Amino acid sequence: MTIATPPYDDVLDRYDPVLGLETHVELGTVTKLFCGCSTVFGAEPNTQVCPVCLGLPGSLPVTNGTAIDYTVRIGLALHCRIAEWCRFARKNYFYPDMPKNYQVSQYDEPLCIDGYLDVDVDGDEFRIEIERVHLEEDTGKSMHVGGSTGRIHGATHSLVDYNRAGIPLVEIVTKPIAGTGHRAAAVAKAYVTELRDLLRGLGVSDVRMEQGSLRCDVNVSLMPKGATAYGTRSETKNVNSLRSVERAVRYEVERQGARLDGGERVVQETRHFHEDSGTTSPGRSKEEAQDYRYFPEPDLVPLAPAPDWVAQLEASLPEPPSVARRRFATEHGFSDLELTQMTNAGVVDLVRETIAAGAAPGKARGWWLGYLVGRANDAGVEAASLAITPAQIARVGALEDDGTLTNKLARQVVEAVLAGEGEPDAVIEAHGWKVAGEDELVAAVDAAIAASPDIAAKVRDGNQGALGPLVGAVMKATGGSADAKRARELLLERLAGG
Amino acid sequence: MNPLLAATATELAAKIAAREVSAVEVAQAHLDRIAEVDEKVHAFLHVDTDGALAQARRVDDGEISGPLAGVPLALKDVIVTKGVPTTAGSRILQGWVPPYDATIVERMRAAGIVVLGKTNMDEFAMGSSTEHSAFGPSRNPWDLTRTPGGSGGGSSAAVASYQAPIGIGTDTGGSIRQPAAVTGTVGAKPTYGGVSRYGLIAFSSSLDQAGPCARTVLDAALLHEVIGGHDPRDSTSIAAAVPPVVAAARQADVSGMRIGVVTQFKGDGYQPGVLARFDESVAILEKLGATVEEVSCPHFDYALPAYYLIAPSEASSNLARYDAMRYGLRVGDDGVASAEEVMAATRDAGFGAEVKRRIILGTYALSAGYYDAYYGQAQKVRTLISRDFASAFERVDVLVSPTTPTTAFTLGERVDDPMAMYLADLCTIPSNLYGGPALSLPCGLSDDGLPVGLQVMAPVQADERMYRVAAAVEAALGSDKLLEKAPPL
Ligand SMILES: [Zn+2]
Repeated sequence: MTIATPPYDDVLDRYDPVLGLETHVELGTVTKLFCGCSTVFGAEPNTQVCPVCLGLPGSLPVTNGTAIDYTVRIGLALHCRIAEWCRFARKNYFYPDMPKNYQVSQYDEPLCIDGYLDVDVDGDEFRIEIERVHLEEDTGKSMHVGGSTGRIHGATHSLVDYNRAGIPLVEIVTKPIAGTGHRAAAVAKAYVTELRDLLRGLGVSDVRMEQGSLRCDVNVSLMPKGATAYGTRSETKNVNSLRSVERAVRYEVERQGARLDGGERVVQETRHFHEDSGTTSPGRSKEEAQDYRYFPEPDLVPLAPAPDWVAQLEASLPEPPSVARRRFATEHGFSDLELTQMTNAGVVDLVRETIAAGAAPGKARGWWLGYLVGRANDAGVEAASLAITPAQIARVGALEDDGTLTNKLARQVVEAVLAGEGEPDAVIEAHGWKVAGEDELVAAVDAAIAASPDIAAKVRDGNQGALGPLVGAVMKATGGSADAKRARELLLERLAGG
Repeated sequence: MNPLLAATATELAAKIAAREVSAVEVAQAHLDRIAEVDEKVHAFLHVDTDGALAQARRVDDGEISGPLAGVPLALKDVIVTKGVPTTAGSRILQGWVPPYDATIVERMRAAGIVVLGKTNMDEFAMGSSTEHSAFGPSRNPWDLTRTPGGSGGGSSAAVASYQAPIGIGTDTGGSIRQPAAVTGTVGAKPTYGGVSRYGLIAFSSSLDQAGPCARTVLDAALLHEVIGGHDPRDSTSIAAAVPPVVAAARQADVSGMRIGVVTQFKGDGYQPGVLARFDESVAILEKLGATVEEVSCPHFDYALPAYYLIAPSEASSNLARYDAMRYGLRVGDDGVASAEEVMAATRDAGFGAEVKRRIILGTYALSAGYYDAYYGQAQKVRTLISRDFASAFERVDVLVSPTTPTTAFTLGERVDDPMAMYLADLCTIPSNLYGGPALSLPCGLSDDGLPVGLQVMAPVQADERMYRVAAAVEAALGSDKLLEKAPPL
C-alpha cells in the first residue's frame, strides 16, 4: 500500500522552516497593571474600569508590584538575565480599543533578556532560545456588530469593552527557531505546551487559551534546504489553542511552500488564523508598517529590581515542569510510554491532582487517558476545560473500588457530572443508582432459578454456558444495578448448593 | 471696593477663624466681584457658585479648619474637578464633566479652601498669553488691551483683579511665573514631583507642575503647603515631606545667603525697564546681607529649542486620547463614517492651531529616523542644563533673573508669530527642564508703568530657599502693595 506524501512533509523535504513565537500571557494579578480595577474574566462590559484604565484626562498610572514580581519569575524560570534598570515605553497608535491611543509597553529595555526553554518532542530535546520577556498593558476589546463575519468589514457599528484594558500582559518572544525540519509544527506545539505548564507551575497566570489569557503569534518562514539566509516571514496572530498552533504552522508551511514552488514571493504580513478551516488569511501588510514613535513613558519611574530580591525570587522558584513530570512518573510507577501519552494528551496535571485526591494511579490515568480525553476531543476542548474536576473523578473511582458503583454506572455518573447535574454523590442519589445490595441480589437469584427450572437443571448438569439467561434475569430484576460478576458467583453458589 | 476683596488669604483665614466674618460672606463678596468685573477681564470659564457656597458653609459649620479654611480660590481649568466642567481651554473637551477630583483638589477641599470656579488658559496650557484659549483671551487688569500672560493667565488675572486672593496654576515652561510677572502677582512652580500631578490634564508629563498664585509670598507658601506632599497615585511624586516653605516665607531673611545672577539672562531682547528693576532687586538683596555673584549657565542658551522638542513630543502622545470615542467633542459621526474618520474630523475641529502645530512638531520629533536627532538630542541638552544648575548651586544658594524679558504685550501682538510668543518663556524654561523650583514676585514697574517680575530659582527640593529670598525682597520693596497702583477696573 502506498500513502501519498502529505504536502507538509513534501514542502519540508525541500525547504527548511524557521519559526518565531510571540506569546502573550495575561498575568493572574488581582488588579490591573496600573490601577486598582479587578481583572476577573467575564464581567459585564465596562464595569471593571476607572479613570486610569479608561485613560481619562489627568489620570496617571502606578505600577502593580505583583506584576513586576510575576514577570521577573517568568524571566528567571526561562533562564533570562534580569535587567538591573529598565523603563516602560509608550507605543503610539490610534485604535478605538486603546483608551489613551498609546499602549504602555516596553521597547528597547525589556525586563528579562536572553533565556531558553528546553522542550521534549517524542523523546528528543529542542532548546528554544528566548530573546526577551517584557511587561505591557492589554487593550480593550472591540466587538463589531451588524456584519456577518464579526470582523470590522461589513459591520454597521462597533462596541468597545474596556474591562480588559490595563490587564498586565507579559510578552515572551523567542529567537528564530531553526533546525526543526519536519518537526516544526510539533516543536511549536511542544514549546507552547511546555511554556503553559511552566507558567501554571509558577502560579502567575491561569493560562486559559480559550479565554485568551494565553495567546500566541506564530511567525513562519521557509528557506531552501541548506540555505542560511532566512526567508520572508508571515505573522499569524492570535492563535488560541495548542492544536491551532500546530495547524497554523502546518498551513503556513504548505501555503508558503506552494508560493515559493510557483516562483512567487512570500509577502511580509500579519495573517488571521481561522479555527474552523485551519487556514490563515491576510491581515495588515507590514510593508506599510506603522511608526509607533516609542519613547520612555514619562508618567512612570524606571524599574530597578534589586539584585538580592531577584536572587530571593530565583531561590523560591518551583521545580520546572519537565523535572516535576519525571519525578511524578517515578513516584507513581508510570512507564516512559505512559508518561509520554499523558504529556501529549495534556493530562499530567489532571492525573496528578486525581491521585492527590485519593485515586489509585492506574485508575486516575485510566479515567483521563482512557475516557475523558476522548470526551474532550469530541467537544473540541482541552481535557482541563471539561466540567469535571480531578476530585470528582477520584470520588467516582473510590465508589467503584468499594463496590458502590459498577464500571458502567461509574461512566453514567461521570456523564451526569459533565452534564452539570452536580457532585457524584448527589447524582447517584438523584438517579437512585447504586449496586444492588446482597440481600436483594440473593432474592433475585433465587427468583431467577425458580422461574427457569430448565436452565437451572442444565447448569447443575455442568453446562455453565447456559447461565447467561439467568444472569440477564437477575440484572433485569435489579434494574441493572447489580454487579454482574457477583450475580454470576451467587447463581453458581446457589445452584451448586442444590 | 469691599475690604474683604483687598485682604490677603492669611488675613481672611484669620478673620473667618475668629468668626469676624463668615466664609459664606467672603465667598459671596468674591462671587459678586466676579459678576461685576469678569466681563472685562474674562478670567473665569466656569463659576461654581453653588459648590463654592456649599464649601463655605462647611467651614462656617466648623467642619473644617486650617490656615486657609474659607479662603476663595481660582482654579486653572486644566485641573479636573468632580462634577464641575473641565475643558483645559479646548473645544475638544467642551461639555466634559469629570467623574473624579484631582489630588490637589481633594487636598484643597479638605483644607477648607473654597473653589470659586475654573479659570481661562491657553488650550492645553500651550501658550503665553491665553490667546490660544478656545473660549477667547483673558485680559490684563493693569491694561485691558494687554494679555495677562499664559498659559495660566486666567488665574493670575483673577488674583490681580481681586476676584480671588489665591489661585492655582500649572507650569510646564513658565505658565505660572510669566503670568505672575506680567500681572504683578506672585507665582511659584514647586520642585517637579513636589505636588501631585494626578488630575492635572497632561501637556508635557516630565515638565508639568501645579503651583500657587497669590498676591503675597506668604499666601503662596501657605497654598503650596496645602497642595504639596507625596501622592501614591502619582509615580513621579517625591516621597518626602513638603519643604518648610511657610516657615521660610515668615523668616524673610537673606543675610549670609549666596545669590547668583544668571549671566545669560540679560542684554538684547530685554526691556530696559525690566533690567533696571532687576538690578535694583539685586542691589537690595546685597543690602539685606546676601552676597551676590554672577554665575554663567552656558547651556541655558539651548533651553528653548530643547523645550520645544521635548514638550511637543510628550504632548503629541498625551493628546492622542482626545479621539471622540469616550468623552468630549464628537464630529462627523453620521453613521457611515468609520471610527478613524470620526477621530480625524473631531481632532481637526476640536484642536486649535497652536495645539495642532505642537502635535505635528512632536510627532515629527519622535518619528523613526528622526528620534535621535531631535528628541534624543533634546534629552542630552536637558542633562547639560541640569548640570549647569548643579554646578551653580555648588557656588550659590539660589539663582535670580528677570522672570520674563518684557512686560505684558498687547493682545494680538504675538499671536501670529510663534517664535516671538515662545521668547516670553526664555528665562522660565530652564527650571522646568531641570525639575527645580522657581518663583516670580513683583519687583516694581517698568518705564511703561507695567509690573516686572523677579525670578528666584532654587535647587531640587529646596523650595524653601526661594520663599525666603522672595519674602525678604517683598518686605524691602513693599511689592505686596504694588497692585494698589493698578488702575481701577
Ligand atoms: Zn482601572
